Amino acid sequence: MTPLTAYLLVAALLFAIGLAGALTRRSAILVLIGIELMLNAANLNLIAFWRYGPHPEFLTGMMFAIFSIAVAAAEAAVGLGLVISIYRHTQTTDVDQITRMKG
Amino acid sequence: MLIQEGAAAAFHPQLTGAASVAVRILWLIPVVPIIAAGIVAVLKQPRRRLAAGLAIGSMSFSFVLALFAFAHVVASWASGFAVRETVNFAWFHIGNEAVAMGWILDPLAAVMLVMVTFVGLLIFIYSTGYMAHDENFTRFFCFLALFAGAMLSLVISNSLLLLFMSWEIVGLTSYLLIGFWYHKPSAAAAAKKAFMTTRVGDVLFLLGMVWLFAETGTLLFYNHGAGSLEGFALGILLTQHAGLGLTAAGAIGLLIFAGAVGKSGQFPLHVWLPDAMEGPTPVSALIHAATMVAAGVYLVARVFPLMQAGAAGIGTTAAFGSTTALEVITWTGAVTAVFAALIAVAQDDIKRILAYSTVSQLGYMMAGLGMGGIAVGMFHLITHAFFKSLLFLGAGSVIHGSHDEQDIRRMGGLRSAMPVTFVVYAIGMLALCGFPLLFSGFWSKDGILEAAHGWSLSKAPFDLLVFGALLTAFYMTRQVSYVFFGRWRGHGHAHESPRVMTVPMCLLAFFAIALGVIGTPAWAWFRGFLLNEPAAVNFAAFASSDLLMLMGASTFVVFLGIGLAWWLYGNRSPAAEEPDKLEKAAPWAWAALRNRLYVDEIYEVTVLAFFHWWARVADWLDRRIWGGIVAGVAMAFRGWAQLNRLIDTFWVDGGFDKGCEELSTSGGLLARAHTGRVQTYLRLLALGFVVLFIVLIWSSRP
Repeated sequence: MTPLTAYLLVAALLFAIGLAGALTRRSAILVLIGIELMLNAANLNLIAFWRYGPHPEFLTGMMFAIFSIAVAAAEAAVGLGLVISIYRHTQTTDVDQITRMKG
Repeated sequence: MLIQEGAAAAFHPQLTGAASVAVRILWLIPVVPIIAAGIVAVLKQPRRRLAAGLAIGSMSFSFVLALFAFAHVVASWASGFAVRETVNFAWFHIGNEAVAMGWILDPLAAVMLVMVTFVGLLIFIYSTGYMAHDENFTRFFCFLALFAGAMLSLVISNSLLLLFMSWEIVGLTSYLLIGFWYHKPSAAAAAKKAFMTTRVGDVLFLLGMVWLFAETGTLLFYNHGAGSLEGFALGILLTQHAGLGLTAAGAIGLLIFAGAVGKSGQFPLHVWLPDAMEGPTPVSALIHAATMVAAGVYLVARVFPLMQAGAAGIGTTAAFGSTTALEVITWTGAVTAVFAALIAVAQDDIKRILAYSTVSQLGYMMAGLGMGGIAVGMFHLITHAFFKSLLFLGAGSVIHGSHDEQDIRRMGGLRSAMPVTFVVYAIGMLALCGFPLLFSGFWSKDGILEAAHGWSLSKAPFDLLVFGALLTAFYMTRQVSYVFFGRWRGHGHAHESPRVMTVPMCLLAFFAIALGVIGTPAWAWFRGFLLNEPAAVNFAAFASSDLLMLMGASTFVVFLGIGLAWWLYGNRSPAAEEPDKLEKAAPWAWAALRNRLYVDEIYEVTVLAFFHWWARVADWLDRRIWGGIVAGVAMAFRGWAQLNRLIDTFWVDGGFDKGCEELSTSGGLLARAHTGRVQTYLRLLALGFVVLFIVLIWSSRP
């Protein structure tokens, strides 16, 4: 087993945990945390493919990961903002209670 | 242009050149009364004085213009020129054909213009008195003015088309005025009868007009050689044969004469005229005695060249060549003259007697035209217009004065109660009888008798007309002795009419006497004027033994008629219920005359029965055949529609409804997936990814 495979397995595990959290948790905050986990699993993949790819001397994978983390931070901020706004509106963060999207 | 033989040798009629002022303003004569009628039509009912003023003013204006035109014609004639001035214009074009209109000033038109405007004016003035208490006073004057305008346009028209249109308008106003008191059923019925009876003649007239246009291509009478009454067109018409030994000219002439038969109440279309007396009396005087009914005579005189075309020896009475058309006119006139006079003997309604007398006198005019030409017929027309309108106005005055009583048996002794009316009525009566020497009627009737005596084809019309003269004297004397002599048998007190009514009658009475002067054999001014011959005073004309014999005979006949009637009826004042003297003598004949010789009844069982039968047939056809077809078609469509409805309900709608239901159900199923929970969506998304992933892996396997 090459180191890459081990990294990819870890990343897949991480993604599966994040997905399970995002799909099963009722609290909107925990759903957001699950999404963050999945994003980080993707970042881990990017780093692993760069490190064991054909050109590890260029810092492309690093750049990708840093960009992704920045976008994730912004997304987390927007997501938290939305959650706070929804909370103010509905007095809850239980996503099962929030069914306004039903037409 | 009629070229008169004999006298014409020394006296050459010529057309005057450029149109004179008189003819150029001639159109104003009919237009002004028509405009007045239009203004009166929109006036409110209480504006009586204004309405009467407008009508009378317009008529006075026309009278002055007519006098001016007349003076112009007389002056030209006196200086040796025959006036026949026309103003023609194209009214509209159809394809290459232009329909032309125009007016004409010639002696015939000038004489009629003066007569119509003068008599009309007097009757308008009289009407202000007679109709003073009528609530529809303004409407009356509107109709009268419209009538006068149409009649005047008829007189001056130089186109058969314009003449026909005016002819129809006077027919319309006649209808409106007969039915003026339309709340009386008898008046409404009489109006309809008049309109429809004259329509019979008018249809034939229209046919003749169309035929004339087809043959000659013009309806203008005179158009510098290109008119339908001028030599060229007549030449074409004479070469065409219409069957029954008639040329086209004769046949067209007879068709046009049929219009005159209707309008002038000639037998057998006379039935409307006596009924027309349902209208107000001034209307009877103006329209149904003096002017409109004479329009038929005027029409024949106007198209006389057509009637006369092809006759040998045109002109003087002695050698007056006849044509089939003229023969028909003569016989119709002579028969009508006696027929109507006979009926008049047995009538008791003062206006009905005068109406039959009018029919009879129109017969004289027609006979005069047929045998003696324009001058003879037209002279009687003019004198008759004066004395007959005088008689009608007198009758109106009598009716007015004796509280709307029209039955002469319920009058009597009015001589003392209405002296002025009595005197003028007596003058009118003597003029109508043809009382010798003094009265115009004598000279005009004698002209006709003289022409009849000289007629080469038959002496029967002469005998008929002499008998008619006897009857005329008889029935008029009977009427006058019933009305003015004996004792008063009506109710209430009779009173004399106001001056506004008596003064016009006095003027008419003056002319009923004075007009004789212009038509005596000694000074045949009227004849000369109409025929463009010089007229000179020549008392030697009386020296002719024939003429003296004729005058003697006619005088004898008149005295006989008056004497007989006076012997039977004079000063006796029988009660209204008492049977008439003649009725006792010959009840059967009296009943026949009293019932107007059953002409109406004959029409009832022939023409009207046929029309009723025909109407029933048409009604049956309409109901059963056409109605059945229509109902059948409707049924078929209704059945088809039902079928369509069934298909729609059970097939089209069923399929559609099922489809909609299914769609709705599936929509409901799908809507369940739409929970609004984000996590459900995400789960489905994840599931989708997983499936996609498996498929990808599966398909990319080596």
